[in-house]
Amino acid sequence: MKTAFVLGALAILAGCTSLEPRGTHDLATVIARASGEVGIIDTSNREMIAVIPGLGDLSHASIVYSRDGRYAFVFGRDGGLTKVDILTHRIAGRILQAGNSIGGAINQDGSLIAVANYEPGGVRVFDSQTLKMVADLPALIGHGPDRSKVVGLVDAPGNRFVYSLWDSGEIRIADFSRSRTDPDITVFENIGIQPYDALISPDGRYYIAGLFGEDGMALLDLWHPERGVTRILPDYGKGEERLPVYKMPHLEGWAMAGDRAFVPAVGRHEVLVIDTHNWAEIGRIPVHGQPVFVMAHPDQRTIWVNFAVPDYDTIQVIDSETMTIIHEIKPGKGVLHMEFSPRGDQIWMSVRDDNQVLAFDPYTLAPIASLPLNSPSGIFMSARAGQTGL
Amino acid sequence: MIMPMPTPHDIPIAAILAGGLFALFLMGTRPAGAADAIDPRQLENFVLQDCGSCHGMTLKGGLGSPLTPENLTLFSHDDLVSVILDGRPGTAMPPWRGIVSNAEADWIANFLKTEGPRP
Repeated sequence: MKTAFVLGALAILAGCTSLEPRGTHDLATVIARASGEVGIIDTSNREMIAVIPGLGDLSHASIVYSRDGRYAFVFGRDGGLTKVDILTHRIAGRILQAGNSIGGAINQDGSLIAVANYEPGGVRVFDSQTLKMVADLPALIGHGPDRSKVVGLVDAPGNRFVYSLWDSGEIRIADFSRSRTDPDITVFENIGIQPYDALISPDGRYYIAGLFGEDGMALLDLWHPERGVTRILPDYGKGEERLPVYKMPHLEGWAMAGDRAFVPAVGRHEVLVIDTHNWAEIGRIPVHGQPVFVMAHPDQRTIWVNFAVPDYDTIQVIDSETMTIIHEIKPGKGVLHMEFSPRGDQIWMSVRDDNQVLAFDPYTLAPIASLPLNSPSGIFMSARAGQTGL
Repeated sequence: MIMPMPTPHDIPIAAILAGGLFALFLMGTRPAGAADAIDPRQLENFVLQDCGSCHGMTLKGGLGSPLTPENLTLFSHDDLVSVILDGRPGTAMPPWRGIVSNAEADWIANFLKTEGPRP
């Protein structure tokens, strides 16, 4: 009887662990935006090892990773928050936490997941183990009842989250270091018109929000929040006619090379180069279209740029030293996102209308993989688990 | 992007005024490959994917307003055509003239008012 029980338990265990033990550091997840699926890619063998369905509306979805790199938290457009086990390829938890969402972040110690919501406007924070809500932070405009849409939510050192309010032009810090359920909120008003997205430097010190409603960007030094938010690049584009913006640029990550930061210009066919010592503009690089993602190769030698519709069949590569374009490739129609492998031996990109996830050798530009997936968009290497702000 | 941009005189004024029905008529009668011919499948993909980057792929809204038929009752067909082509100043809605032709805007307005994305 006892032996039978043990054997049965072993059989069940064997069923659960049919996958060989392996690390997660070479795994990536990819959003299939039209079908509500997430693909899991083994970047060492360059193959799609699983496609997980049932994740809802994944237009503009994004992913962060648990501290151990095993779980992918998928933020859907429809307010869905899904915890996917990328080792067993199972959904470990799923909630619908709001009506309309734009992304999220995981805090420094990995215990909290925060989601930026458009509807109802605000941030909701969840226990990363159970997905139970621990804090609800409505983005009230003034004393309410109107709320702002929240954008540019990132994690910052000290178990803080930082985010921006599109409608009311604010940056807020929610500091969870004192309490897990009742964070201290710091509000910075009048930071600029319509912040559309934000990024944080890899060391977690600088939070920069891009502004859609006016030129320039808003900078917050998280070492010195008492100094308030300052405007950088205030003179950029003064008196120039902006082009229609067909897609909002993204400020994910930090395209930095040496002491230069590269950011997409809004409504212009330019990448801006900023001196990170004094935040002054030191160059504008004319590019093929309106940049969406501007991303530095991990070795910082090259900067890779993709573009808004109708120029989204093209990728340009900028030499970070000379600030000139050295390569241009046309991977296919609808190149929505790019992601480097952690040490930069591969670059992966999603080509939406070709239903392909492609990989290239970033040094030779030789294609090294082509994996079918329905309308792929964001690609997220699990190595993000160890990086602030991603 | 979708089609070569037709010159303004390629679009009969009546097409703009008569709205959706005339657009359907155009779709049925114009030979494929004409400068302002409409490819409904490609246009629907454009609406869901590219309009969807702000309005959501189900068109239930995002940074941009929801575009489901019930949310558009206050807009006439011609209002929508004009918003698509000329944008809404002061908001993030850009003018799509130059990317979307008049006939395509007409088709999109009709699609949004009557059909919307399939569930």
